[in-house]
Amino acid sequence: MTPPELSTLEETTPEETLTIADKKELIAEVLEAYPDKAKKKRAKHLNVFEEGKSDCGVKSNIKSVPGSMTTRGCAYAGSKGVVWGPIKDMIHISHGPVGCGYYSWSGRRNYYIGTTGIDSFGTMQFTSDFQERDIVFGGDKKLSKLITELDELFPLNRGVSIQSECPIGLIGDDIEAVAKKSAKEIGKTVVPVRCEGFRGVSQSLGHHIANDAVRDWVFPQYDKEKKAGNVPDGTEYDVAIIGDYNIGGDAWSSRILLEEIGLRVVAQWSGDGTLHEMINTPSVKLNLVHCYRSMNYISRHMEETYGIPWLEYNFFGPTQIAESLRTIAARFDETIQAKAEEVIAKYEAQTEAVIAKFRPRLEGKTVALMVGGLRPRHVVPAFYDLGMRLIGTGYEFGHNDDYKRTTHYVEDGTLIYDDVSAFEFEEFIKELKPDLVASGIKEKYVFQKMALPFRQMHSWDYSGPYHGYDGFAIFARDMDLALNSPTWSLIGAPWKKAAETTA
Amino acid sequence: MAQNNIDRIKDHVELFHQEEYQELFAGKKEFEGGHDPDLIAQTAEWTKTWEYREKNFAREALTVNPAKACQPLGAILAAVGFEGTLPFVHGSQGCVAYFRSHFTRHFKEPFSAVSSSMTEDAAVFGGQNNMIEGLANSYSLYQPKMIAVCTTCMAEVIGDDLQAFITNAKAAGSVPQEFPVPFAHTPSFVGSHITGYDNMIKGILGNLTKGQKAETTNGKINLIPGFETYIGNLREIKRIASLVGVDYTLLADNSDYLDSPNDGEYHMYQGGTTLEDAADSINAEATIAFQAYSTVKTRDYIEKDWKQPTSVVRPMGIRGTDEFLIKLSALTGKPIPKELEEERGRAVDALTDSQAWLHGKRMALYGDPDLVIGLVQFLLEIGAEPVHIVVTNSNADFEKELQALLDTSPFGAGATIWGGKDLWHLRSLLFTEPVDLLIGNSYGKYLWRDTHTPLVRIGYPIFDRHHLHRYATYGYTGAINLLNWIVNTLLDELDRNTIVPSKTDISYDLIR
Repeated sequence: MTPPELSTLEETTPEETLTIADKKELIAEVLEAYPDKAKKKRAKHLNVFEEGKSDCGVKSNIKSVPGSMTTRGCAYAGSKGVVWGPIKDMIHISHGPVGCGYYSWSGRRNYYIGTTGIDSFGTMQFTSDFQERDIVFGGDKKLSKLITELDELFPLNRGVSIQSECPIGLIGDDIEAVAKKSAKEIGKTVVPVRCEGFRGVSQSLGHHIANDAVRDWVFPQYDKEKKAGNVPDGTEYDVAIIGDYNIGGDAWSSRILLEEIGLRVVAQWSGDGTLHEMINTPSVKLNLVHCYRSMNYISRHMEETYGIPWLEYNFFGPTQIAESLRTIAARFDETIQAKAEEVIAKYEAQTEAVIAKFRPRLEGKTVALMVGGLRPRHVVPAFYDLGMRLIGTGYEFGHNDDYKRTTHYVEDGTLIYDDVSAFEFEEFIKELKPDLVASGIKEKYVFQKMALPFRQMHSWDYSGPYHGYDGFAIFARDMDLALNSPTWSLIGAPWKKAAETTA
Repeated sequence: MAQNNIDRIKDHVELFHQEEYQELFAGKKEFEGGHDPDLIAQTAEWTKTWEYREKNFAREALTVNPAKACQPLGAILAAVGFEGTLPFVHGSQGCVAYFRSHFTRHFKEPFSAVSSSMTEDAAVFGGQNNMIEGLANSYSLYQPKMIAVCTTCMAEVIGDDLQAFITNAKAAGSVPQEFPVPFAHTPSFVGSHITGYDNMIKGILGNLTKGQKAETTNGKINLIPGFETYIGNLREIKRIASLVGVDYTLLADNSDYLDSPNDGEYHMYQGGTTLEDAADSINAEATIAFQAYSTVKTRDYIEKDWKQPTSVVRPMGIRGTDEFLIKLSALTGKPIPKELEEERGRAVDALTDSQAWLHGKRMALYGDPDLVIGLVQFLLEIGAEPVHIVVTNSNADFEKELQALLDTSPFGAGATIWGGKDLWHLRSLLFTEPVDLLIGNSYGKYLWRDTHTPLVRIGYPIFDRHHLHRYATYGYTGAINLLNWIVNTLLDELDRNTIVPSKTDISYDLIR
């Protein structure tokens, strides 16, 4: 059923009337609220994109300004929460006090198939629950004992990762030594990860550290097996999906397309992934990288060490999906290329139906984005496919290379904000008045209180998948239900509105 | 084709059960290096046994699925109960992102808090510069009336001295000298979120009441909710106090902050106990706390420094609410109004209406100490039998108090208090000694899935059901809410168990 159209959403937005100079003025005004030192720092992170420039003209991956209310997380979040956590058949220990593991417990919707607590452990919280004595005397003994205990209670685990919380690096624990000893004892992979939350400026360093841990503690097993002749020859079509965390099933709605064009997906990193898949990845012919920000390190490593090329792709929205499928297929033979065309054609009817239904309902609507390290650019084409316009975007923890890549996705005059503070974001949105804000849970209700439709772009607001052709249909449905909900029209008592009009 | 009906787009709930995805899942197994399905099934069965339970309870170092968070979470919940107050967490910044997300997912409200964003250099040199800069920035940007500072474990491990840092920040001009910056050290390796609540309330009251002691009392009663996540409870406390005609100060009142109206404008600060009222709380007649174990230090401080009598009542269930009313009446000399007596009568009436479905029902429950005591009070009143009581953030005093409560009723005779245990322990308990109903937070759904014990969601966090936090569990109104959730979950379960046509549906009764 098609819900009734609403008249409450404004037909034109103020943003359209603003010139680049106006927006630069807006940035300057917003910065006025800061003390001088912070103003100087923050000024470098805000800009307006101008067509033809090779980057967005903002600094990034720099320490957040204390007290500014950054949305950023920490290295632990990047390692445990993002990279390692989804590896489903390993047990990931939140090593340190109870909080970090508690707050990140089941928060990220990395879907997986498995019997939780038996052969899969994704939605569980394992912690060493540090007490004062552990801080004073060190936690190595406890860690070692804990690994013994968990291997007895969860014998089907394929391995363990030790996700360091802040105190570990501060009290001088030697988790590497424990990992080596425990690995021998339980006869499984034990990976120490030095992802203490105070390291680096955001989640981003956690991704890097987690990637390095794979390089140092997982790949040696591949090398050993390879040397022993135990790695079977793959096919010419073996690929790995790198940097898809399977939020709401994203990796599956991506994998299906890759398989349909004739590729053999040997590994998924790390959504619904297993240790075995990870170990075998250096046997693939091509690494397909979705989230560049969190997995470029290991992709580069595999290129340098194993000679595996890697390719970034984008499965948000039919335009990019088709382009990506063609680019991927071009790395293979004509059979694959022909199949890619077949697949693109196969989904054409489905995509046309989606666009025919939803584009008229979304055409011309404006969106402001603020997400992590990939989506601030990657999802933009999906909005374009629906006739929507991007008026502002920024990364929580993007780097310079992300902002360079962003230039291919944004239009002249798009407001760019890096590591935006709550204050700045609120002020920008008040001024630009987008029809939709797409960001995270911490931002959601701020903007909904401002009567602005909102979708969470980390968790897909409990929906998804959004990747692939099947995902695009859901994406379109969700943007429509956010923008065209009748609830927005209830905001504001009628007698107050009447009073305002007559005043 | 996957999305074959444009008018019924399938998301993850249905999409992946279609044939093409089922084939994909089967195909993926080839690469997973998984275990033999029989071994998985056998292992799953083994985890249900007494043998496994004993192994599970023998662990000493490992914690699995704990029902507790860490101190600063409680500290910032306390802070936002005061007017115009910005919580400031000194230490690594990721913690604040986690706290804000956690509260936001539960309350579905904005939650503002800042971090001093300490990194490697601060780990080496201390976080004083971060404090100085952070206070200046947050004061300018967010224009609070008060900044309440607590710590992450990073700042605690390196030994940052909040008192000195704040003094120095004021000297450096970050905030005006007279601007209130109360603080609390909240190490996450000591206690839990309820300890953090206690430390922060004590810190704030200590700061605001300095030099405010008057010759005479202000005639008011202070009410301290504790780590309260039911907005309905705060409103119920206020309603009851108003009905009795008590002049009170709620320390602190985060009900508007965590349940603000949508009028099209966002206001970072909503309601809250005024700083003037909080400052004057030192001159009250008495203080009543609704939780004991999240107010231990605060009550001790009030007794010793303010020379003010304190008491704890938990207005949960009929007798708990009776006790609260009697206490209010005794402290103020005002009679308990007829309206509340009638409410009591209606609540008792409801309980007697449902008693047959509750009598002798075996219950498992887990949560914070005070919540658990309140629930046990109620369960014993309705003739249900608590069997497994798991409290991860337990302590000896609590266990003694709870045991004494259980000893007051024959319905408490079958209960075991599992202090310091976690939800993986509870899983073993539920498999080996099954119960009729489980009461807990959203994480209980994993136990529901594994053990098929129906779940009533009471506690924090509740992420997967909407609006429960808007209701009261306190007062006679709260008793009816508790009853409603419990008895109707049992009846839903009864229907689920009798729904197979021509087999179990002989008992699929219309009238129950």
